[in-house]
Amino acid sequence: MANAVHIVVCAGIVPDPLQTLEPVTGPTGPGLKNEMVLPAVLDPWAASALYEAGALAAKNPGSKVWLISLGPKAKLQQVMMTVAQKVGFELVPVDGPIGGFPDAHSTAAVLAETIAALPGLDQSKLLLFGGWESASRGAGVTLQLIGERLGITEQFQGVDQIDLREDGSFEVLERVEGGKHQVSVCASTPAVLGWATGNLAEPRNNPQVGMANMRTIMPALAKAKVAKLEANGLRYVSASQPKQQRVTRVEKNMTPDEIAAELVAWIGAE
Amino acid sequence: MESILVLTHMDETGTVLSKASLEAVTAGLELAAQIGASLAIGVIGSAAALNGVAATRARFFAVEGEVFTQARYATDAAAAEALCRAAGASIVLLPGSSRFSRVAAGVAHRLGGFIDTHITALTAAAGIEATRWFYRQRIEAVISRDSRPWFLLVDAGTQKPYAGEYAAAEVEKVAVAAPASRTTVTGVRAPEQGQQTIRPDAKMLFVAGAGWTKKQPDGQVHTSEAAELILGFLRASSSSLGSSKSLVDQGGEGQSVLPFLTHMNQIGQTGATPRHAKGLSTCCHGEEPHVVGWRFIADRRAISLDPNCGWTRGKADVVYIADAFAVMAKVNALLGTRE
Repeated sequence: MANAVHIVVCAGIVPDPLQTLEPVTGPTGPGLKNEMVLPAVLDPWAASALYEAGALAAKNPGSKVWLISLGPKAKLQQVMMTVAQKVGFELVPVDGPIGGFPDAHSTAAVLAETIAALPGLDQSKLLLFGGWESASRGAGVTLQLIGERLGITEQFQGVDQIDLREDGSFEVLERVEGGKHQVSVCASTPAVLGWATGNLAEPRNNPQVGMANMRTIMPALAKAKVAKLEANGLRYVSASQPKQQRVTRVEKNMTPDEIAAELVAWIGAE
Repeated sequence: MESILVLTHMDETGTVLSKASLEAVTAGLELAAQIGASLAIGVIGSAAALNGVAATRARFFAVEGEVFTQARYATDAAAAEALCRAAGASIVLLPGSSRFSRVAAGVAHRLGGFIDTHITALTAAAGIEATRWFYRQRIEAVISRDSRPWFLLVDAGTQKPYAGEYAAAEVEKVAVAAPASRTTVTGVRAPEQGQQTIRPDAKMLFVAGAGWTKKQPDGQVHTSEAAELILGFLRASSSSLGSSKSLVDQGGEGQSVLPFLTHMNQIGQTGATPRHAKGLSTCCHGEEPHVVGWRFIADRRAISLDPNCGWTRGKADVVYIADAFAVMAKVNALLGTRE
């Protein structure tokens, strides 16, 4: 139990990457066309954080994982049907708007308030996990802001690995420029870790884990608190899809020699 | 009137400003000229590094000290906060480096400010407007904020690095007490595979897709040959190596893998969106989750066996329907000859 940690994973939901995304402007600013009917998934980098959290908790008896997710209840329920089968966690849903356009500061304020009020959470043992950037807003600031609000100044972003040691310290690998990792040792919890991909493959669906999770997920969704997000002076001048559609030259009958010659000339050209 | 502070840091040599910092200086100079704002430049590390931007005639601030030389949240946040308070700027521009991306939002919060990141352009129309992408480079938006201070993290590669005459800058040193920190930075580690394949400054991006490790026409998998061809091309062309998610994921699924690939090579929806002048995709289907990672690749070519792959649908400039093994062997031979 010496290394038991309390891991809170912040994870939003985003449209399935295979969907076409078209911006539309509504009374409160931009959104996505048919946003509520687009299939959704757990944000990919945040999902990495959840899988790492599950693995870390499994290795350190007495640990616990909470999953905090802000989004429309109906969409959260849909996504949880799959996510719940991956690792064990306690869901703390917050019923709020979906999408990448709301202000990150407001999101962070709501999430920090929710974390601070979690029953049973020992903040001295806290590892605050999440994706280092979302696949919607992609700002990479929400976790930092939550950390600041909770008074946590040991923060790491672009994390690919954590090694928790016997003495309660842990080594963290963070992505830096040039495909390298900065290596740091943090003496103890609490800390904030914004995960990149990590090293774990997506866990296989485990119906038993799913059933155990769902026993608490459905009641949690039923009593999810409602959050309204302030704009904080953020104004959208425009939001549009990129127009660029290339005129593709498709070469079906060139020999490897001809293609190679053309490519080498192209590579050398300024 | 607005006042602008550009926050900078040193490069890995610890003697000069990083390239991304110099890009932020360019952004600051241009924005200051557009809106008639005053300009200040602050550095974490060494005041002497500001001599390289002395010709901007900005007001200069520096936080120095051994404890601030390493990139670490607690110390960088304290230093950046002190620089911001000393300059009292309404707009703070920072380079979108890993170092400042880790800390900028926290600093904005401490100052009661707000932050927007991944800024690709700044203009002054009806106030300051910033351009950034949402949904992994699938929607481009122009934003503005009334609240101040407004922190803007400028994406690396979007501005020309500032270059001016070297001169002695008159620097105001800002004293900061080293904050308590439980974190010790022990170093920088290259991927275990040892091969340096990610080169952000390379002219060309070479992307390997999952097809390299699939069965070839002889019914066999030729992973070793694929590795030799890819590494040979990287060496000969000085390209940076990217990969599709599916190819990187194979490592975790026990399939045949290219030993030098890691998740850091991953390009696309769940990977990087690098900036290079040219890109060559091989053995990759070119569907949307992957191609969003190519948003900032100007000139795109692809080699694919599938004439209906995503690249042929307006996502590449040229697509060669061919066997990448055969083509890349010839390309490497030609590049070797040229060398």
